[in-house]
Amino acid sequence: MSSIDNKDASGLKAELIADFQSSQAKLNGKSALPVHQLRGEAMQNFDKLGFPTTRHEEWKYSNVSNLVKQTFDFHTKTDFNQADLDKIPLPHLTGNVLYFINGVYNAELSQIATAENKLKVIPFADALAQQPELIEGYFGKYANYETDAFTALNTALANDGVVVQVADNKIVEEPIILRFISDVRSANVGSQPRNLIIVGKNSQVKIAEAYRTVGEEAAFVNTVTEIIVDESAMVDYYKVQNESDKSYHIGTTQVYQKGNSYFYAATATLNGGFVRNNLNVVLDGEHIESRLFGLYVPNGKQHVDNHTVVDHRKPNCESHELYKGILMDKSTGVFNGKIFVREDAQKTNAYQNCRNVVTSDEATMNTKPQLEIWADDVKCSHGTTTGQLNDEAIFYMQSRGIPKKEAIRLQLLAFAQDVVTQIKIDSIREYIEELILAKLEAA
Amino acid sequence: MLTISNLHARIEEKEILRGINLEIKPGEVHAIMGPNGSGKSTLASVLAGREDYEVTDGSVTFHGKDLLDLAPEKRAAEGIFLAFQYPVEIPGVTTINFLKTALNEIRKYNGQEPLDAAQFLKRMKEKAKLVKIDDALLKRSLNEGFSGGEKKRNEIFQMAMLEPSLGLLDETDSGLDIDALRIVAEGVNQLRDGKRSFVVVTHYQRLLDYIVPDFVHVLYKGRIVKSGTKELALELEEKGYDWIKNEVDALETV
Ligand SMILES: Nc1ncnc2c1ncn2[C@@H]1O[C@H](COP(=O)(O)OP(=O)(O)O)[C@@H](O)[C@H]1O
Ligand SMILES: [Mg+2]
Repeated sequence: MSSIDNKDASGLKAELIADFQSSQAKLNGKSALPVHQLRGEAMQNFDKLGFPTTRHEEWKYSNVSNLVKQTFDFHTKTDFNQADLDKIPLPHLTGNVLYFINGVYNAELSQIATAENKLKVIPFADALAQQPELIEGYFGKYANYETDAFTALNTALANDGVVVQVADNKIVEEPIILRFISDVRSANVGSQPRNLIIVGKNSQVKIAEAYRTVGEEAAFVNTVTEIIVDESAMVDYYKVQNESDKSYHIGTTQVYQKGNSYFYAATATLNGGFVRNNLNVVLDGEHIESRLFGLYVPNGKQHVDNHTVVDHRKPNCESHELYKGILMDKSTGVFNGKIFVREDAQKTNAYQNCRNVVTSDEATMNTKPQLEIWADDVKCSHGTTTGQLNDEAIFYMQSRGIPKKEAIRLQLLAFAQDVVTQIKIDSIREYIEELILAKLEAA
Repeated sequence: MLTISNLHARIEEKEILRGINLEIKPGEVHAIMGPNGSGKSTLASVLAGREDYEVTDGSVTFHGKDLLDLAPEKRAAEGIFLAFQYPVEIPGVTTINFLKTALNEIRKYNGQEPLDAAQFLKRMKEKAKLVKIDDALLKRSLNEGFSGGEKKRNEIFQMAMLEPSLGLLDETDSGLDIDALRIVAEGVNQLRDGKRSFVVVTHYQRLLDYIVPDFVHVLYKGRIVKSGTKELALELEEKGYDWIKNEVDALETV
């Protein structure tokens, strides 16, 4: 392994490289294990790539320069406990609820409801330290740590998160809810959760990741989730973001689907200063269905960027994508949706739609659909719209006695509803509805 | 109940209403007719409070209040209802939810308790019968994908639900076949209770066979150029608008 030279690096990059070097020193001879080899490679990639600038095609509208100037503590000791938890309004969650404070699993706060013969839940740190063979076959096999700097960084440095394994032929009734809390009450905190979700053949599971911030300092969350959906499995995956205006969230969800499987995602971004979500789905089998929904409601100066990649590799599959945004104040949004239909992927149906409402002249939305189609017998469509609410519709409601503010709110809620109703964990859907309501009320 | 004096209004520098005078008493039905582009919809919209129009002169009082001072929703709460010539589609908001919100906002404004779900449902069932509107339609997004006739019926249904003291019907008859026209007119007639007044804007006298007006006014180039009783409508039906246009245009060139 060639050495990493950090004398040119500054700010966050220097901090992270130093961090990696000190973690290497603690490996006690385990560094030869494939998992650690891979982490070393990932670190070298990050060192070469560096943080992206807006000159990078994929980062044109999302500028991380303010992020990389800052430093974050990636190893804070936090005493965040049940009492702290009780202070923040949370939905009443049942099922398997796992808490990660500053990226580290907290067993005390967590509860696991499903029997172990159906569902194995292991903190990523434990898997890494005690059962590396458990993750070896999956870890880093899907997410791109070669050219994606943030994924490389996470791959090299992630120290916790969760490994979820659903056995074959099991229906997991209780949802799995992963709650990531950045406790920034006393310092800038960074965390790099890594999750690996392996769903066996014919099995069904609902998983949610929910992120939030507690405290006034800055948070940096760089998260990667790899999801493997085996043959005929059905996975519902929700990502809910309610983070502070001083937080940076960069997250990749990498999904690999096998034949006859079904993957359903809804990403709801309620709050966050800077949010970049990558959702990449590979359809590597026949008769696969993928449905991706997104909703973002930034206000103030919040920035929300959703990048999706749907990669059709085999014939007879179907993908649907609907992203909707309500952009208020001076907020900015980005939607970049790539669809690949490979040569083999005949009879593909792929649909993509991104619709946005801006409620202020100062809000901006950048949309870029990208279709690359190499097969000839396919049905693909895409569309993006960005506009204001219809004045005529507002007047119509007013003329029936509904005050203008309420008319606007009702229409925005109705607009969001298409996506909100996709969320099938009731407590989470209701939580999202409340947050949207509160946000629109304040507007 | 409604007094319009010397009302002038314009849109984008273009003067459209050029001195309208009209007095409407409780229980009266006034028909407003006139060729296309004469300002009928503008008048109805200005009364309902559409912001696109700028009132440059004149006044409108409604139940003794300065109407022009009020936001559209307040006018509605005071008892004005505009049945739109082109009802708007509102995706994602069902007619039921829309009306529940509207009705309770109006009740709040007037210091009344909101209707509970059962009371609301009861009223809805009652009024839906009035215009023979299907329950299933009311559960759908407001006007979305409705046929022309369904939209117009929905307007009258909304009026029945909100029980205004003055209904402004802007070409509610356009695009309706004779059966639908009868249903709509029937609905309006049932709302005539001796106190509630109507302004019926129409292009044709056909509707006035069913909703018999007390007065008929002809609007042309932003003014009421002729007023009469229902016989005037018949005369217009027979002779068209040209004779009135000629009269007015001749006067204007003098
Ligand atoms: N939004 C608008 N912008 C510009 N001109 C308008 C607008 N609405 C109406 N007008 C003009 O005002 C005049 C009166 O229109 P309208 O009130 O709709 O007439 P009517 O209902 O009698 O057919 C017409 O000349 C029309 O072109
Ligand atoms: Mg008109």
